[in-house]
Amino acid sequence: METLTSDRELVRLDLASLGVRRLNHYLHHELPRTGARRVEIVNPAGQHNIAVGLDCPVQVDVRGHGGYFLAGMNKQAQVTVDGNVGWSVAENMMSGSVRVRGNASQCAGASAHGGLLVIEGNAASRCGISMKGCDIVVGGNVGHVSAFMAQAGRLLVCGDAGTGLGDSLYEAVIYVGGRIQGLGADAREEPMTAEDLEQAAELLRRAGLAGDPRRFKRVASARTLYHWNADAHQEY
Amino acid sequence: MCGIVGLLIKDPSAGDSLGKLLLPMFECMAERGPDSAGLAVFNAPAPGAQRRYSLFFPGGAFDWQQLARAFTAQTGKPCEVRCQANHAVLLADVEPAELKAWLDECDPAPYLLSAGRSMDVYKDEGHPAVIARQYRFDQLAGSHCVGHTRMATESAVSPAHAHPFTAGEDFCLVHNGSLSNPYMLRRKLEAEGLTFETDNDTEAACRWIEWRMRQGEGLDQALHSAATELDGFYTLLMATAGQLTLVRDAFACKPAVVAETPGYVAIASEFRSLAHLPGIEEADIFEPLPEEIYSWKR
Repeated sequence: METLTSDRELVRLDLASLGVRRLNHYLHHELPRTGARRVEIVNPAGQHNIAVGLDCPVQVDVRGHGGYFLAGMNKQAQVTVDGNVGWSVAENMMSGSVRVRGNASQCAGASAHGGLLVIEGNAASRCGISMKGCDIVVGGNVGHVSAFMAQAGRLLVCGDAGTGLGDSLYEAVIYVGGRIQGLGADAREEPMTAEDLEQAAELLRRAGLAGDPRRFKRVASARTLYHWNADAHQEY
Repeated sequence: MCGIVGLLIKDPSAGDSLGKLLLPMFECMAERGPDSAGLAVFNAPAPGAQRRYSLFFPGGAFDWQQLARAFTAQTGKPCEVRCQANHAVLLADVEPAELKAWLDECDPAPYLLSAGRSMDVYKDEGHPAVIARQYRFDQLAGSHCVGHTRMATESAVSPAHAHPFTAGEDFCLVHNGSLSNPYMLRRKLEAEGLTFETDNDTEAACRWIEWRMRQGEGLDQALHSAATELDGFYTLLMATAGQLTLVRDAFACKPAVVAETPGYVAIASEFRSLAHLPGIEEADIFEPLPEEIYSWKR
């Protein structure tokens, strides 16, 4: 494996010469044996599938913009991106964390089961779609239909949320600091309890973001879609 | 899938670099659309009363100079022809309808790709990288261009079905997405006397928008009317002699990324297509919002 720098602790890899397939093969099969604690990936150039399927406790720093599915299916690894990412960052993440210092395109954290996803900038539409237990913290705004059919976990948005927020929500909980452009079917705003304030404060702290938890609103499922209602005459 | 690219050079003296900057953007998007491709490029208007016509004939063996001689002999009008591979630009002082009627009588008849004063259109079947080489896209100069790499999901794969589609003069459109009601639009337009070249869904959108503009609407207004008429998914990138315009459907189903610097505006389906542009590190990079109309003037 050719690396730009390799000491016991840090491995620096140039994606321009490696290619994504070779990079991911290294991260899956060779890295765990080297004992390296940190991997730096330079020249990502918006390529797709960077650092997908990681399963070891390593810090991965991507120096630039990533494409689709960055850090998808992540387990254990702590991935940071100094730039923007395309569709479905940290999709189906199981554990570990992914931090995007720029903006994320749509479907950030889609169907993620665990771990923490932090988008320091804005996330586009469908952020946290079908999330199944992860935590997502967005420093800026989220686009339309975020947390659509979200089943478990927490989405905290410091800025504004687009239309259709939490449409067909299950048991995931959403906290929004800014304006909510519109709620989706069966999502409703609920009072912030003392526990919610603690949850919001904890999420902000884990994400390393400043903010007063008291300015957040709670959105959760009204659970009216949970059971078939024959009296509704199929009007929903 | 399909890929779209667009590039507008803000500095008029830097127009020579258009093709060189565009080529890697275009080739990168071949992964989203490998079956056919096309490009519309805008330059200074043809001199005097001349118009520019882009013509196509498959096979590479068409005698374009003979076509030019026949045109002058039969119409009495001088003309100039510049050819490259299956493509030629014909410059002549002739109305589009008159040229189209004349071409239809030719045997064999080349296919008319576009009409206008500022726009040349190239499109062909095959891998976009091969098409870009064949037509020397890297050598193209101009103020702005839009390109498309196609992965056909509905109508046939052919040069005529490739994008950009054109309607009227100096107007073209590329589309990533699919429409569910193109036949409804066609029937409405056919009742207004419009005719179609293909059975492609994008052609219906292109002719709809151009028809609205001929009814007196500006492009923005025509796009608002299109948003209520078009049912389906779309990222549409359009160009006229003076501007590039971009719009996404209400659900933002199809991707688009914009990068703007003091020197250029670049648009592509994915960021990786823009990653190698000079100055991209300092560019303002954003995703266009759904149903928001973005326009950049040259």
